Amino acid sequence: MLEKVREIIAEQLNVEAESITEETSFKEELGADSLDLFEIVMAFEDAYQVEIPAEDLEGLTTVGKVLEYLKNKGVE
Amino acid sequence: MKTRITELLGIQYPILQGGMAQVAEHHLAAAVSEAGGFGILGAAALPAGAVREEIRKVRELTDKPFGVNIMLMSPYAEEVACMAAEERVAAVTTGAGNPEKYLKKWQDAGVKVIPVVASVALAKRMERCHVDAVIAEGMESGGHIGSQTTMTLVPQVVDALSIPVIAAGGIADGRGFAAARMLGADAVQMGTRFVVSREAAVHPDYKARVLKAKDIDSEVTGLSTGHPVRCLRNKMTREYLRLEKEGASFEELEHLTLGGLRRAVIDGDVMNGTVMAGQIAGMIAKEQSCREIIEEIMASAEELLGYRTVG
Repeated sequence: MLEKVREIIAEQLNVEAESITEETSFKEELGADSLDLFEIVMAFEDAYQVEIPAEDLEGLTTVGKVLEYLKNKGVE
Repeated sequence: MKTRITELLGIQYPILQGGMAQVAEHHLAAAVSEAGGFGILGAAALPAGAVREEIRKVRELTDKPFGVNIMLMSPYAEEVACMAAEERVAAVTTGAGNPEKYLKKWQDAGVKVIPVVASVALAKRMERCHVDAVIAEGMESGGHIGSQTTMTLVPQVVDALSIPVIAAGGIADGRGFAAARMLGADAVQMGTRFVVSREAAVHPDYKARVLKAKDIDSEVTGLSTGHPVRCLRNKMTREYLRLEKEGASFEELEHLTLGGLRRAVIDGDVMNGTVMAGQIAGMIAKEQSCREIIEEIMASAEELLGYRTVG
């Protein structure tokens, strides 16, 4: 799953997928603002057919947290 | 002029008045609604009790529908959101964030929900949550702004959604209104033009500063902090931009603008206060009543759009 998540983030933020690890933070390292985060979350929703409510967004600060979150949502 | 927004809000003209902090109080909101537009109270950082008081004052002045703008970053956002549902105001507009967690409460109370959006993705997300319309606000606006222009944002949001879109940012006359309609908007929201309306309880020096403004007179402060604000150039903006260039901390910058809007709007300190206004301020030349403003814009727009011919 890490591979695909990295691809989605790279695509949305125009960064190199290789530079993204589980520890990468969206705001500090990738410079994503709140609008960018919405783009990313909407892309995850489309890719994994899940709904990510607004109150969950605050916790999704790093790539690793997204992976864990998606796993808890039943994404393989 | 009938559009999906006049139908949705039960108003005569598709013109909304922005819910500006400090400026959008009950006199202004009531005057705009009474003139056939849609007046909006700015809850800004006020507690629920104060906003409820304002709502009651509007109701004493008009029985036409009006709304409340809720600034989601306010420490009182939650209690104001609940109060707006209890009071069953006609509509709530929201700014500075994502209103998802309050939607059900408002929808259950029959309050129409119209978030301000600064990107297509956020607009699509809002539509999916069944909001009634969105306001696509360009960076020409005064106050807190996004980074896209009205000209580019409005048609892209219109294309992405099927619910009505309200255009805001840089609109202050019939030409701007007609252009917004051409871009696909069902209504416009204006702030700056109403700041200088006769009914706006704004210090005369603030109004004079806006009326005197030239096209190039606005600056954007706070780009470095991620909270850009458009206001008219003065001693405060020069100092702010200098500090920002020198890499001053968020706290230092905050200190400069804390209470600045109030100083400008209420006390009339247009040198040291924050004189929020949009880029279109340079075009606005006189103080008029809200009714004169709205009727003038509609007459001009209807002519431009071919609703009626001259003479």
